[in-house]
Amino acid sequence: MPSSLLGIEDLSRSEIEVLLERAKEFQSLHREKTKRLDLFNGSIIVNLFFEASTRTRISFEIAAKRLGADAVSITASGSSVSKGESLVDTLNTLAAMHPDAIVMRHASSGAPHFLARHLDTPIVNAGDGTHEHPTQALLDARTILDNRKSLEGLRVAIIGDIAHSRVARSNIHLLSKFGASIVLCGPASLLPQDMSHLVNGVELTHDIRTAIKDADVIMMLRVQLERIHEPRFPAGEYFGFYGLRLDHLSLAKPDVIVMHPGPMNRGQEIASEVADSQRSVILNQVENGVAVRMAVLEKVLS
Amino acid sequence: MAKLLIKNGRIIDPAAGIDRVADILLAGEIVRKIDDNILAPEAEVFDATGLIVAPGFIDMHVHLREPGFVHAETIETGAKAAAAGGFTSICCMPNTSPVNDSAHVTSYIIERARNAAVVNVFPIGAITKGSQGEELASIGGMKKAGIVAISDDGRPVMNARVMRRAMETAKSFDLPVIQHCEDLNLSAGGDMHEGVVSTRLGLRGIPSCSEDVMVARDILLAEVTGVQYHVAHLSTRNAIAMVAEAKKRGLPVTCEVTQHHFTLCDQEMLPYDSAFKMKPPIRCNHDVAACIEGIASGVVDALATDHAPHAGSDKMQEFERCPFGIIGLETAVGLTFDRLVNPGIISINRMIELYTTGPANILKLNRGTLQTGSPADVTILDPSREWIYDLNKSASKSRNSPFHGWQFTGGAVTTIVAGKIVWNKDTAQ
Repeated sequence: MPSSLLGIEDLSRSEIEVLLERAKEFQSLHREKTKRLDLFNGSIIVNLFFEASTRTRISFEIAAKRLGADAVSITASGSSVSKGESLVDTLNTLAAMHPDAIVMRHASSGAPHFLARHLDTPIVNAGDGTHEHPTQALLDARTILDNRKSLEGLRVAIIGDIAHSRVARSNIHLLSKFGASIVLCGPASLLPQDMSHLVNGVELTHDIRTAIKDADVIMMLRVQLERIHEPRFPAGEYFGFYGLRLDHLSLAKPDVIVMHPGPMNRGQEIASEVADSQRSVILNQVENGVAVRMAVLEKVLS
Repeated sequence: MAKLLIKNGRIIDPAAGIDRVADILLAGEIVRKIDDNILAPEAEVFDATGLIVAPGFIDMHVHLREPGFVHAETIETGAKAAAAGGFTSICCMPNTSPVNDSAHVTSYIIERARNAAVVNVFPIGAITKGSQGEELASIGGMKKAGIVAISDDGRPVMNARVMRRAMETAKSFDLPVIQHCEDLNLSAGGDMHEGVVSTRLGLRGIPSCSEDVMVARDILLAEVTGVQYHVAHLSTRNAIAMVAEAKKRGLPVTCEVTQHHFTLCDQEMLPYDSAFKMKPPIRCNHDVAACIEGIASGVVDALATDHAPHAGSDKMQEFERCPFGIIGLETAVGLTFDRLVNPGIISINRMIELYTTGPANILKLNRGTLQTGSPADVTILDPSREWIYDLNKSASKSRNSPFHGWQFTGGAVTTIVAGKIVWNKDTAQ
């Protein structure tokens, strides 16, 4: 389905630029007198979230409403298979009610790809397993561009549970399309060697200080305990070696920005003082989420 | 007595060292003779001019799903699919429901096959009760009932002590042990080969080492116990190397490779397509190359399909929810021609060996040859037959194959079991 958004990997650089530009235009909408555009009056967007989510789901809901569309949110705890219904049946049932788009988050990598093969309804991937989270990468790029002239040549450090991070994968695809220099950091059991083959020019290190050195952007990731089924790292030792502390920031560029897709585990991957510091743009990310998702929904509904 | 005279075909029988154009007469369910210009006026005549006449092919790794999973396949439909693939004998794995871990399940399968199967069916019994890997199954009773080997296939025997006892028991009953080599702790939760592709797709990986550590362990146990040990569906370069080394040391170790493991690599998988999901998974191109080399050099003893039917709805789910396995009986010979014979990697003789003497020797089946007195099981091949695999016309109940629409040059054209033609390529489905 051409108007689905399944991942950053399949988007071209110019398609991404268009979305980022449009998102910039939407950024100031909440300050306008008319906060609701009349673009898609009557269109229905179904948010189908099989995984727990606060910010992404609400972000998509608000984005839809600001565009003048109606949003219906369904949170299915676990998968509908627990009630005996297959994923295909759940989606066919929804599709029979003719929504204009389905925004889906699912615990299985590839679930949206599987569905896009069987449904005509455009699908927006709001996160599939550990595979991709395209709108997160777009809002991350938008946030970086709010603080830097371009992505070209920026040194971006992504630190944490890379193995299980769809945010990391989507960001790696996007940043490499724009010529950023990417360094991934984490414990060996959470940083597969094969990540260096995902795209060209990705650096791997297990030393947080090496990763942060001269960084323009530091992206911290949570350890995805709900996706890991066995202990990957000695208990209690994570923060000491891979947590971001205030004193680390002096290794980076003076105007470094600190990002986190959320939710944060303060004291686990990021010290509270860093999360609340001037260098942190974490709340800007959330803000940009609405603007970016408006741009994405606009593209999908057109 | 029904007689079948196959005229003028190129008879290739590796066990007997025969490779010549001649006639072969089948009567009373056995091979009567091979000679030039046999006269047999009362016989039905099959003109095999331009064709290859081989001993009936044997697939030593098939899942027939009966009893218990008959929505996916039955002994009857699996046998039909085998015949359509040129196979005259198949060995069925015990992961049915109930598991074939006792004489009465073995007898049930043999009886069903006798009534419903158009090819010979040889059951493989479980190693442990319920294939749970703890208590030994009734191996002696099953041997009496007719099993030809033991395996917990689908699962490995994880406990080394249990495996050792199983090997000792198997040896005393003169049975080979076939192991599905997978360390479940290392493969835990994996859905495809662990590598660049799994990392990119965000799918949990099944590392090669999960197969390799088990092969390594079992070879050492086989050395201690002296049992005939066979690696099922071998897929990694390290495993090939270890089997080669074990053979050099004179250990009774054999192995098989499936057609999908010498044909597909993980880079070629359609992302998240369950028609490419099986265990062991399709691995990287280096593993594929090593398997092909092992097939050519003689390290690999047999080719087997691991035909694993699954109902359509089971395979129509999110990738990680789908069961492992693909069907393969009908595409085995075509893929072997396409990837190994036609490119000149192996000769037709070697191919026939891999489907006849290889499995027959491992399982001591007294088949796989056309010497006088042997069962009249014959596979007729046409190396220049152009055909396309239409999954929708498959004789199997299931449709889980990645090879739909593939074009082949070379394949089986007629399958003969006990002197009777049970499949011909022109027979309507």
